[in-house]
Amino acid sequence: MKRIINQRPGILGKCILGLLPFIVIGLVYFYFSNERLAINPNDKLMPSFQSFVNAISYMAFEPNKRTGEYLLWADTAASLQRLGLGVAISALIGLVVGIMIGIIPLVRAGIAPVITIISLVPPLAILPILFIIFGLGELSKVMLIVLGITPFLIRDVQLRVMALPNEIIIKAQTLGANSWQLILRVVLPQVLPKLIDAVRLSLGSAWLFLIAAEAISSTEGLGYRIFLVRRYMSMDIILPYVVWITLLAFLMDFLLRRLSKSVFPWHSTDQGEGK
Amino acid sequence: MNDIKIKNLWKEYGDNIVLENINLDVKAGEFVTLVGASGCGKTTFLKMLLGTEQPTRGELLLNGKPIPSEPGADRGIVFQKYSVFSHLNVVENVMLGEEFKESPILGRCFGKKRQAIRERAVALLEKVGLDHALTKYPSELSGGMQQRLAIAQALIKQPQILLLDEPFGALDPGIRSDMHELILDIWRETNITIFMITHDLSEGFSLGTQLLVFDKQRHDPDQPNRYGASITYDIPVGRSRKQSISDIQEKLTTQQVKQND
Repeated sequence: MKRIINQRPGILGKCILGLLPFIVIGLVYFYFSNERLAINPNDKLMPSFQSFVNAISYMAFEPNKRTGEYLLWADTAASLQRLGLGVAISALIGLVVGIMIGIIPLVRAGIAPVITIISLVPPLAILPILFIIFGLGELSKVMLIVLGITPFLIRDVQLRVMALPNEIIIKAQTLGANSWQLILRVVLPQVLPKLIDAVRLSLGSAWLFLIAAEAISSTEGLGYRIFLVRRYMSMDIILPYVVWITLLAFLMDFLLRRLSKSVFPWHSTDQGEGK
Repeated sequence: MNDIKIKNLWKEYGDNIVLENINLDVKAGEFVTLVGASGCGKTTFLKMLLGTEQPTRGELLLNGKPIPSEPGADRGIVFQKYSVFSHLNVVENVMLGEEFKESPILGRCFGKKRQAIRERAVALLEKVGLDHALTKYPSELSGGMQQRLAIAQALIKQPQILLLDEPFGALDPGIRSDMHELILDIWRETNITIFMITHDLSEGFSLGTQLLVFDKQRHDPDQPNRYGASITYDIPVGRSRKQSISDIQEKLTTQQVKQND
């Protein structure tokens, strides 16, 4: 018998072991749900499987009586638009500013302290300011995401740039590169796959800020809906929404990872992965 | 022409004296090999030629003018590792230097220009024996092939001086001797001036035309940084006898023993 630290699961074993916790969680949930519903059929805290199906079909496949929209899809579209816009703007700022701070000592001396301080401001604390400046519309929600994750992205890109081997920076100079060419042809492509990694890490915070902003002021969106139906204790809607948000977050992470692998094939082998 | 002249050169970091009183003449086209115990300033010396370090005192002249205080296209370099760009494939790595020259804004050429540069790059890669791996990424190459690539990459700029910082230190002995032949071929064809740091004294003798030995002449056991190293031997290797190798070898090992005490 091998030591347990040397025992590895096969593909099938991996699948079974990975699914097991989900099955256990589901079984435990429905066991307690049945128990509660047996005592009080109107219990709202742990709805039955049937009420989930009803709620999902109501939210996703029937047009709303008042607006004629399919609520789940309208909410998803609104949230994803805000999230995508916020993350894209943050990534762009993070990339440009991060590279400048990382590679140009004069810029680093001037900007790095400010970025450090800004990154310490809790974004939710200045949400009211955003509402005052940008109004209650889309802009303030996108701005909250941007303010929330940009400092992290800037600092991460900066560290990645500074961690590049000094040899390749010197080598590029001996090949006659000026500063701009060096950034464009050496630093930028070296850092892009690392930016994608940083964006993947920041997606969690981005969702947090999105849902917070939607909960406070919105007329549609996944976060808005959850906080709206909370008033009626509609767990049959809240829980599917939470699962849906989790699924979306997982998909984004998955797609970004695939993107990184297909666009930067040299990166994974460079890091010693994928062998 | 591209002669290098060094007069009374000192390099200090605060109280730590690394090099003291270096005087040297190197004629264009020499193959200079630098040997010495580790930590005796060979790499610092190379960095001053490269332009990433500046002398504290003294003169370092190339063609009668001070060497620029930053790296430039007239001085190529091959490091022991990280000399090539991992995000570019083999031929792109070599093309890069020419693309920098031809395209100031984008650093990237297209169409006929690109084709012309590519042909030059492929010709160079043939010379170093990498023409079978044009579209591979550096991570797919062995250590020896990466160093061949790094050499081709530096040569496309036709530098006056090629600096080699222990370029073959991490390679297997068999591959090393192949690399020795390659670098000698290139040196004969291009008449380039080469400075090469090596730990291997026999490598220094067999490759070079001028062998520099860096060593501390004075030594204070209480303050090891009080005195810097200088060039203790400057040997025109073509005319030297076998005996000098063992002479120097002995000197260096006793020196190292002293330092380790």
